[in-house]
Amino acid sequence: MVNIIYQIAGAIALAAILLAFVRMIKGPSAADRIVALDAMTIISISLIIFLAATLQRVIYIDIAMVYGLISFVGVVAIARYLERGI
Amino acid sequence: MELAGAIIALIGSIFLFLGALGLLRMPDIFNRMQAGTKATTLGSILFLAGSAMAHAECTCIGKIVILILFIIFTNPLSSHALARAAHHIGIPLAKKTVKDDLAKDEKKDENSQTGKGE
Repeated sequence: MVNIIYQIAGAIALAAILLAFVRMIKGPSAADRIVALDAMTIISISLIIFLAATLQRVIYIDIAMVYGLISFVGVVAIARYLERGI
Repeated sequence: MELAGAIIALIGSIFLFLGALGLLRMPDIFNRMQAGTKATTLGSILFLAGSAMAHAECTCIGKIVILILFIIFTNPLSSHALARAAHHIGIPLAKKTVKDDLAKDEKKDENSQTGKGE
């Protein structure tokens, strides 16, 4: 019962990442694409934790932390670039 | 405990889905940014907390707490930087927009600076 509900939650998160991917393809400006990429990163952090709990690998949580850190630095750098800051 | 964790993870994934749906359906970049940042922040926090409750034997709770704090701190920061950049490069607002105070303030600042220069 617990596993079935948890797997349904993972499937809904996967559908969410597909919707955000559609916006990243369609987005009229560059900032739209970066917003969609940011949302996709946050959702995929949740999916990495889902994999860590399902496959019972604790090491995947470290991967999620490093992924979030690199995503934050990347989004801030691209925002500064769009603003002609760097 | 485990059933409660799975249900919390399900609620969090529904928030993630609604955030992505708002990202797809909203008319404007600032509306999209609001939907795609706030809903996904709450959704990922609920999903992570639910995962730590449902599978406590194979997810380290301390690392999950650090990850939740990290998401709380960094997600509004990156969203703010992106919104400022998008307003600065002049991406057009939606047609139903009724108020834009930042543009008014920027125009006022420019006028006062040129006044001092002369």
